[in-house]
Amino acid sequence: MGGAACSGQAAFVTAAPTLPDILPPIKIRRGVTGFLRRHPTIAIGAAIILVMILMALLAPWLGTVDPTAIATYRRTRPPSQAWWFGTDMLGRDIYSRVVFGARISLLVGFSVALAASAVGLAIGLVAGFVRWLDGVVMRIMDGMMSIPPILLAIALMALTRASVGNVIIAISLAEFPRVSRLVRGVVLTLREQPYVDAAVAAGTRTPMIILRHILPNTVAPMTVQATYICASAMIIEAILSFIGAGTPPIIPSWGNIMADGRALWQVKPFIVFFPAVFLSVTVLAVNLLGDGLRDALDPRLAKGL
Amino acid sequence: MLTYIVRRILSTIPVMAIVAFVVFALLYVVPGDPAAIIAGDQATPEDIIRIRASLGLDRPFLVRFGEWVWQLLHGDLGTSIFTNLPVTDLIHQRVEPTLSLMAITLVLSVVVAVPLGVVAAWKAGTFIDRAVMAFAVLGFSVPVFVVGYGLAYVFALRWEWLPVQGYVPLADGVWRWFRHLILPSLALGCVYIALIARITRAAMLEVLAQDYIRTARAKGLGQRPILFVHALKNAAVPIVTTIGIGIALLIGGAVVTESVFAIPGLGRLTVDAILRRDYPLIQGIVLMFSFVYVLVNLLIDVTYTLLDPRIRY
Repeated sequence: MGGAACSGQAAFVTAAPTLPDILPPIKIRRGVTGFLRRHPTIAIGAAIILVMILMALLAPWLGTVDPTAIATYRRTRPPSQAWWFGTDMLGRDIYSRVVFGARISLLVGFSVALAASAVGLAIGLVAGFVRWLDGVVMRIMDGMMSIPPILLAIALMALTRASVGNVIIAISLAEFPRVSRLVRGVVLTLREQPYVDAAVAAGTRTPMIILRHILPNTVAPMTVQATYICASAMIIEAILSFIGAGTPPIIPSWGNIMADGRALWQVKPFIVFFPAVFLSVTVLAVNLLGDGLRDALDPRLAKGL
Repeated sequence: MLTYIVRRILSTIPVMAIVAFVVFALLYVVPGDPAAIIAGDQATPEDIIRIRASLGLDRPFLVRFGEWVWQLLHGDLGTSIFTNLPVTDLIHQRVEPTLSLMAITLVLSVVVAVPLGVVAAWKAGTFIDRAVMAFAVLGFSVPVFVVGYGLAYVFALRWEWLPVQGYVPLADGVWRWFRHLILPSLALGCVYIALIARITRAAMLEVLAQDYIRTARAKGLGQRPILFVHALKNAAVPIVTTIGIGIALLIGGAVVTESVFAIPGLGRLTVDAILRRDYPLIQGIVLMFSFVYVLVNLLIDVTYTLLDPRIRY
């Protein structure tokens, strides 16, 4: 016992401890296909999202024409050989608009997930560590969570020029309180753990504690939460565009296309149908990915929700 | 018990204060000049000055906030820029359709979702369970207006069972009022049903694993008393919590559903307000909805003591 304590002290004195490997690389490389087979939801979700990303990136080479090219002589033609998804009221090719629209929806979804996670992480860490700020900050977060997210996004969009950036900021503002609550919860639980107590007693500074103990434990729940935020953001963006408060009409997005097709949906339902299918499938894939990740990363969470 | 209720009510006051502050501060937090954006592209400088004065942006923040809170406490939610009518009046005109829609959606969703969740938990791991969970994930993923258009296309246009759009006030006949609200409620309720079914299943699974359920089964109690008398009552707290939290989904979804089904309610009012950038109206509606949401959750917290006698604060 005495010997171990002495060598521990010696280790602290002689060399800086290295950051432990969180995920052994070799195990992951061999086990990827086994992992995917055991967790089909992750496989399906990730596959569909990958297809959508590829479609968005390779849009100009997938048989599309200029999505903003107006040609009123061929208004609202039903789907055919020449126009795979038909044309809308201004004669624009719906297939091209849908394929290019994937860019906006995916961009908004991922950006919001990233931004909300980053801001929520920062605020959650602050609230968890700085005790006298905890009460105040959490009350403010509660207040912000009491405003239905879509209404908050609508209010923000009413005050700013329509642009993709503003949409991203508006939706992120509505979503980050959830993340901060989550991170704060993790911090509070971890602060009670013996090994964190030991680290503090050994003199580890707070940034190192955060880096080595807190952050690895937030990765799993934050990743799951981030996928749900991504799905929610895509839907909110579509709703905002649908009611005219979202991305500018020049840039095609799935919500925009459906908004344009609103007036004619009873006679030309195909205008609303195709972007609707693409949006639903993408959001479904993100949700499946989130569920699969949750089940894989922490089975205890699976029982909770 | 009474002290608990009073204390709970008092604790919502800071939350509401923060909600009011956040909604008010949005005007100041936004980059650029909100008055110019509200005035629009063809505005003259006089328009912008006029709008800035009516929004109170030319006066100091705290002074304006104080005035605004004072107005709020007197029940004045501001004046619409576009119509010059008090916001409270505009809301009052449109409240009945939205209230009807949300009430029917709430009842429908709970009545459908809770049994679904209970059955899924009871038959955990079987095809029924997986089917319910698959439906739940689908319910989360398909946006409200897509479901709305889909339902309207199939049930109203193709098969003509139900009216396509529109709203009939309750005073004009209960059956007609209900018929017009069936499809919108189903559309709005999809996400809500998915959420409640999942929570019900999770809560029931936890409860069904408890020892007292095993005792009940050993005693020879039948399936229905076990499920509904013993298990569901104990699982009720998280389920009811989620029902309360999910009302935010209903409020947000009402905006879209009313647009799809042409229901002249508060959601449509919000959409019109956005298109005209009538910010005081939007502000008033957001504030009102948030307060209603906080109050509903307060009510639900208070009913906890009824559901679970062990909860005594």
